[in-house]
This record gives sequence, structure tokens and C-alpha cells, in this order.
Amino acid sequence: MSIFVNKQTRVLVQGMTGSEGTKHTKKMLASGTNIVGGVTPGKGGMIVEMDGHMLPVFNTVKEAVAATQADATVVFVPPKFAKSAVIDAIDAAMPLVVVITEGIPVHDTAAFFAYAQAKGVTRIIGPNCPGINTPGQSNIGIIPADITGSGPIGLVSKSGTLTYQMAYELRDIGISTAVGIGGDPIIGTTHIDCLRAFQDDPDTEAIVMIGEIGGDAEERAADFIREYVSKPVVGYVAGFTAPEGKTMGHAGAIVSGSSGTAQGKKDALEAAGVRVGQTPSETARLMRAILKR
Amino acid sequence: MDLFEYQARDLFEKHGVPVLAGAVATTADEAAAAAERIGGKVVVKAQVKVGGRGKAGGVKLAESVEDAREKAGAILGMDIKGHIVGKVMIAQAAPIDSEFYLAILLDRSNRTFLIMASVAGGMDIEAVAHETPEKLIKVPVNTIEGLSKAQALKIIQDAAFPADIEEKVAEVLVLLWGVFVAEDATLVEVNPLVKTTDGRVIALDGKVTLDDNADFRHPDHEALVDHSAANALEEEAKAKNLNYVKLDGEVGVIGNGAGLVMSTLDVVAYAGEKFGGVKPANFLDIGGGASAQVMADGLSIILSDKDVKSVFVNVFGGITSCDAVANGIVQALSMLGDKANKPIVVRLDGNNVIEGRRILTEAAHPLVEQLDTMDGAAARAAELAAK
Repeated sequence: MSIFVNKQTRVLVQGMTGSEGTKHTKKMLASGTNIVGGVTPGKGGMIVEMDGHMLPVFNTVKEAVAATQADATVVFVPPKFAKSAVIDAIDAAMPLVVVITEGIPVHDTAAFFAYAQAKGVTRIIGPNCPGINTPGQSNIGIIPADITGSGPIGLVSKSGTLTYQMAYELRDIGISTAVGIGGDPIIGTTHIDCLRAFQDDPDTEAIVMIGEIGGDAEERAADFIREYVSKPVVGYVAGFTAPEGKTMGHAGAIVSGSSGTAQGKKDALEAAGVRVGQTPSETARLMRAILKR
Repeated sequence: MDLFEYQARDLFEKHGVPVLAGAVATTADEAAAAAERIGGKVVVKAQVKVGGRGKAGGVKLAESVEDAREKAGAILGMDIKGHIVGKVMIAQAAPIDSEFYLAILLDRSNRTFLIMASVAGGMDIEAVAHETPEKLIKVPVNTIEGLSKAQALKIIQDAAFPADIEEKVAEVLVLLWGVFVAEDATLVEVNPLVKTTDGRVIALDGKVTLDDNADFRHPDHEALVDHSAANALEEEAKAKNLNYVKLDGEVGVIGNGAGLVMSTLDVVAYAGEKFGGVKPANFLDIGGGASAQVMADGLSIILSDKDVKSVFVNVFGGITSCDAVANGIVQALSMLGDKANKPIVVRLDGNNVIEGRRILTEAAHPLVEQLDTMDGAAARAAELAAK
């Protein structure tokens, strides 16, 4: 078991024929992901060879689903075209859409998120995220597959490199699923969605939750943990030293006034019984202590 | 990007939102000329991207052209909460009957857009929300359908605006929604929206934040960037396409990935507590690629920061492999030559780390020191900065 993706997940790559799409399709295939085809409008009918795999290309997600029974798609198309790519996937009733693209205007994200909500079928992960990895089963996005293997820890994070760092610190224990939810102001899958799924996943014994400044997602997650999560949760929050009013790389990582501060998030999580580490390494040590490993 | 008031006024005017005549001036003479053009009484308003300028003396009524020159002269150069006033707006004065509040903003928590309306205008809206929440109404907007005139009118009525102006205010709200969508804004706020004694409804002061991610479809937004405010190093970094923010400490930081770099700043600050309160000097995310050129550009900006005493390069090789980063550092240092003159602590981990560390060890650059852990390397960089 795992959350959201597993060995059976049949994956399409939107933007597969672009340079990023090609590079990461090969990496995803190498880590065992079941990729069944790609979508590039105007290139339908082509067959592309990716390290020995012959992958069909389709003009639309709908055509691709009809031909391949894909049930997940990963979006690598540039920001300008990302909205129409995601809408295309939602129109095909795609259950899971992982949006890797960085730099999508928030009005576009708001529009496709609202559209997905209205249709009620599609889960979006991202945008501006590294994707989701269930080690040894399905790795959708750009998370390096070789950092760690399968294990009992569920990992959810806004940040890609902090996901990798944390998975690396805990590599001898391993993870059930790692989800990079992205650092944009509007994201399709939240900490809470992942916490709920990890709580319900029999293969996840404990959860690491990584947050960062901006918004109130961590505070809401803390409330949710108090209500719903009985598995141990260890937390980390980045951005204690970030000054007010300056965006720290991620469009959503900004402290405005007293809202969105790292201290506020840490306090909220600790009040919900989450042990919060001061550094990534200390956070990993807290997790080890919990799992006695 | 946050806009100045005068830029917001211009955007409002472009989209048909009722505003008063106004012009921006950077000298007292320009202010006088603007006052003459506008005619009658004018208001001289400091253009700063911070609240509370009225209380700080940054807004003055001028009775005449000469008075406008004098008031502008006094306001220009003023320090308002650390913001030096470089521009004033000369605005037509209006006889105000009453003040209101309207805003449209990105609501992160609910992942949609939100309209806020209040009859308690002209005040700090956070205080209104806190002290008299019944006076502030919040209504989410359906991002697919947008905002109709009928919906706008309902919102204004629910917010208990006076009946005689509710139609006009609803029209303004629809026009503001137009600004919000057409300009890819994440905030459009009017405070106050006023009713004049002769019954007009006017956006008297506006705050607009634009989404930088949407710049590709707004080539005209480039002209709104305030280059005078940016730190010289930040400007240089931007020109080189680097994600850099200047901070006030002594340890230069380079890393990959926004989250890891933010985390690195924190770890440096914790480590710095043991060394007299040494702090990070900057945020710099070199992203996934980390070629030699990017590393050289990054190092060159950080090394030219006179506040920097040591540099901490913290890379976790995910997509990037550590050997590429190590080669980048070696080549960057040879490109920089004598300009590289501060100790550099490097921590590499992840993809191809053994090869990466070997490359740096063999290069044996006298300024470069390697440590295995992030916490250990941060401590060493802080120690070197404190020397």
C-alpha cells in the first residue's frame, strides 16, 4: 500500500516530447513507473522511443485515456500552456494530475483548481512541485528515485529539495510515499489531504510534515492532526529568518505582517502534539526516536 | 510586485474605475507644475509602499501652487518607516462626504478569490476585521464565472452601503474585478472609496499587487518595476536570472531549491548564535541546473557583497549531480580569480556525492573547505564569519 499512486498506476506525460518531459520520462521509466504514453497537441500519432520503451503520443488526454486506460498524468508543459493542459486532463476525467511546471500565473491555477472541484473527479498535485514517489512502485515527477527505498514513513512537503534531504536523512528506514505538494499560493493537494491519506494507509507508521512560511496551511494541518491523526507526526518548518514582505523563492513563501511566520506555524504544530525539529537533521532524529531506529 | 498608489490610480483609470486627476512628481518644481495643471486645491501624497504615511506626515493638503511646491519639498526625502520618499502624487482634492472600503484578493486558505466590502472605510481594515467584524463582509468569487453586476449589487447591499450609492458602488466593484482579472492581480484594494458631497463615487487611494508569474502576458508591467528601491546586488542578480534576496547578515548562502535555501538560512542563524550572533547575508537559490556559469554568477554576487565574511554553499544533489556542482565551483573560482577572496564552506550530499567531494578535494583550492553535514558546515561558516 501507499497513497495516491502504486504499481498499477498508468501514467501519461503531458509535454513528453519537450526537453524536460523527455529527460524526466526516461528517469521515471528507469525507476519502474508504468508510463503508457504522452500528450503533445499536434504530435498525435507519433511513436517515441525512450530508452527502449516505445511510447505513443496523443493530441489530447481524452484520446490517450481511450487508448491506454491511463489513470494519472504528469504535466511538464511551460507555464503559458499549463492551464489548457490541466483543463484537458480534467475534461478527460483523469483521477490524478501532477503539475510539475513552475511559474504558472495564480489566476490560471485558481481557474483549473476551481474547474477540477466543479467536476469532482480529479485530484491535482502541485503546481510547482516535485511530484509523488512511492518507492519501487511509481515515481511521478522529478523526485530522484535512488535516495531511499520503501519503508514505513509518509513524507509530505512544500519543498522539493527539503523532501530529498529528509528522505536522505531517513534512507535506512525508507518511505511509504513522498508527496511534494508545491510552494505556490494555490495548490491542488494540501498537507491535510496527505495527512488524511497517510493516517488511512496501513503501510505508513509515522509521518514527516515539512512546511514553510506563508499562508496558514500548517496551522490548519495542526488542527486536522489534533482531530484526525493518531499516528506520530514529526514536523519541520523553514523560514524562521525570512524577513517580512520578501518572497523566498516560492511564490507562496512570504511573511506578511504577523501572518505566515515560521514561529506561528511551529507553535501551532507543537500545540497539536507534533514534535518539530529545529533543523532537518534534528527532525530526522526525532523520527528515529519515535520509530526506535 | 506591489504598485505605488499613483500606479494603481493609473491602472484604475485605464480600466474605467472613477479616480481623481493625479500626477506623480519627483521634485518640488514638478509638483508645482502638476498642481498648476490640475488646478484648485490639491493633496500632496508621499508614494511609499508602506501603511501609516498619513500619521507620519506624508499626506498634506495644499491650497495653492506655491503651497504644493512647499509641501512636496517637505515630503520628498522624508523617511516613513524606513522608506525614503522619492516620489509624491499630486491629486485633485475632493469634498468627502463618507468613506468606504472595497478589496478583491487571493484567498489562499480557500484557494479562490475573495471580495471584501465595508462601510468602515479609511481605517486599517485589519483593525476593522478584529474589532467590528460585523462591518466587514467577505464573499468568495466563482473564478470560472466571474462577477456579475447583480452579484456585485447583492454584496454591496449585504455590506449595508447607503442605498443612494449602492448602484454606483456595485459598478465600481465590477470594474475593479475587471482590473483584478485583466492585470493578473492578487490584490486590488480601494481604501477609501469615497462618496463626495456632490454624490460621486471615487477610488481615492488604491493598493494593487501584480502576479510576477503572469509577466509573460503583460509586457507593459515591466515599466511598473521600481528600480530605485531594489538593492544594487538584487538588481544585478535579477539581470543574471538569479533568485536572490539581500539580507543583513555576514554569511553568504548559496543553495539549490527554495525550501532548502530557506532552511539553510535558519540553520546558519542558529549556528551563528554561538558566534556572536552571526546571520545569513542573503537568500540565493541556484535551482536545479547549477552549471558552472550559474555558480560563478552566484558566487560573484555574493563575494561582491561587502557585508559577507564567509560563504556557505549547501547543495543536495537531487536532479543535479554533485560532480556537476563541484565542477561548477572549481570553474567558478578560476573564472573569478582574485575576486574570490573569502572562505567558502561547501556541503554536498545526494546524487553522485562521492565524485563531487573528490573533485573538490583534488582541486584543493585554498579558500574551499568541505564538511559532510548541513549543521556542521553551517557552524563552520558562522565561525569563519565571526573571525
